[in-house]
Amino acid sequence: MTIENNVLVKLTEVGLKQRNKWLVKGVSLIVERGKIVTLIGPNGSGKSTTAKIAIGLHKNIEGNVEKFTDKIGYVPQKISIDWTLPLKVNDFMVLTDELDEEKINEALKLTGADHLKNQNLGNLSGGEFQRVLLARAVSKKPDLLVLDEPVQGVDFTGEIALYKLIKEIADKLNCGILLISHDLHTVMTATDHVICLNGHVCCSGTPRDVAMNNEYKLLFGEQASQTLSIYEHKHDHVHSNDGDIKKN
Amino acid sequence: MFDDFFIRALIAGIGVAFVTGPLGCFVVWRRLSYFGDTLAHSALLGVTMALALEINIAISIFIISSVIAIILVKLEKNTNLPGDALLGLLAHSALAVGLVVIGFLSFIRFDVMGLLFGDILAVNVDDLIIIWGGGAIILIVLKIIWKPLFASTVNYELAEAEGLDPDRAKAIFTILMAAIIAISIKIVGLLLITGMLIIPTAMARNISDTPKKMVIFSICGGLLSVIMGLFSSLQFNTPSGPSIIAAALLLFVISLFKIKQTIQLKN
Repeated sequence: MTIENNVLVKLTEVGLKQRNKWLVKGVSLIVERGKIVTLIGPNGSGKSTTAKIAIGLHKNIEGNVEKFTDKIGYVPQKISIDWTLPLKVNDFMVLTDELDEEKINEALKLTGADHLKNQNLGNLSGGEFQRVLLARAVSKKPDLLVLDEPVQGVDFTGEIALYKLIKEIADKLNCGILLISHDLHTVMTATDHVICLNGHVCCSGTPRDVAMNNEYKLLFGEQASQTLSIYEHKHDHVHSNDGDIKKN
Repeated sequence: MFDDFFIRALIAGIGVAFVTGPLGCFVVWRRLSYFGDTLAHSALLGVTMALALEINIAISIFIISSVIAIILVKLEKNTNLPGDALLGLLAHSALAVGLVVIGFLSFIRFDVMGLLFGDILAVNVDDLIIIWGGGAIILIVLKIIWKPLFASTVNYELAEAEGLDPDRAKAIFTILMAAIIAISIKIVGLLLITGMLIIPTAMARNISDTPKKMVIFSICGGLLSVIMGLFSSLQFNTPSGPSIIAAALLLFVISLFKIKQTIQLKN
């Protein structure tokens, strides 16, 4: 398969029905090289399902999935490592692919987890584990990164730093990223395109477009979009000395 | 040197230990000990089939165990019963049907005890060829599927998303399980096979911090158990299969002290 027009994965009107219930329906999206696409939506809105469809984890789907790469790095939402498996971070890094020492170190350093290299996976905290997961996903220099809530369990300052890092990774590796988050205003600095899901695509566009969208407000409440306005406050106008507000 | 029954028993036991070590690790990691038990119970049916049709016992057991494994997968997909209930259902049905069939084969002299607890001292050269030949094939295949199997043991979706084929690895592993039961039934018997898979591995878990070490220690534990078990059965005139498992248990108990030590060192 060749990569045409920088498109890495293209979903056309995909849907998945399980036990007579549509988990998602009629979702279309495109992830391109160097772009970050974010899926947001409430619990059970089909974010993870859509991501799994994109990487081919669900069979029997409706619609069409075109994948133009096999080099995929995946950070799943829920992953628990059994204590019966003695696994060090170092072993975990080479789980699906051979990597030399240098690449392992580089990836761990990138996500700020290099000091954990010889730790047992079972001894890591939630946030540390998340960093290791991210390091593992980027270590093979994938074309497409699929990150399902990659910052869960990470403290607030770490969260912002990690999103910044994700943005850097996208630039550095020139890969496409499909990101899942439940929180629009923390991801908005690091995303090019937002798709708001609620079983179907409820709205999509730039982060600002989505925040101002009426359906988004209905889904998340007026509050959410106001938080966002406050967040964006300093970007769209300036305060002059006499207290006047000038729009940019 | 193959003339001596004790040497043959040792060589057979050592061959089996090399294979049960790595396979046992996956049995523990993937929580398949009950699955192993079910396949082992169904081996009785395999033995009766071999006697009735006059075919090789190991091959017959291998076929029946594989069939039971396939039935299990089908039942898991098509019923609402939990996995452990299905395993119990299959294990005991296979055992019962096997014993009933033996009842019909009254014209055959049949050593049920040897079947249940192993008859390692009766191993002949043909058995040795099956154990070492079959064992080598099992280990080679396991080496080939190691990466997808191990990755999907850690996390199924991760493995599949990143281009490995966990379903195929799992299917092949199931066949390997049937094969190890077929070749090791004469050593420890169908009631104790799972012990041979699990106990040395459990010992290894206590003293290892990486998967590789666990596999190596598990093999070492199996080898030691076989040697200790056989020599003590010679010394004390105890049944050899159970002696091997008892030796494995002894090693496990010793390994518990090692844990205690490491915990104390940490504090």
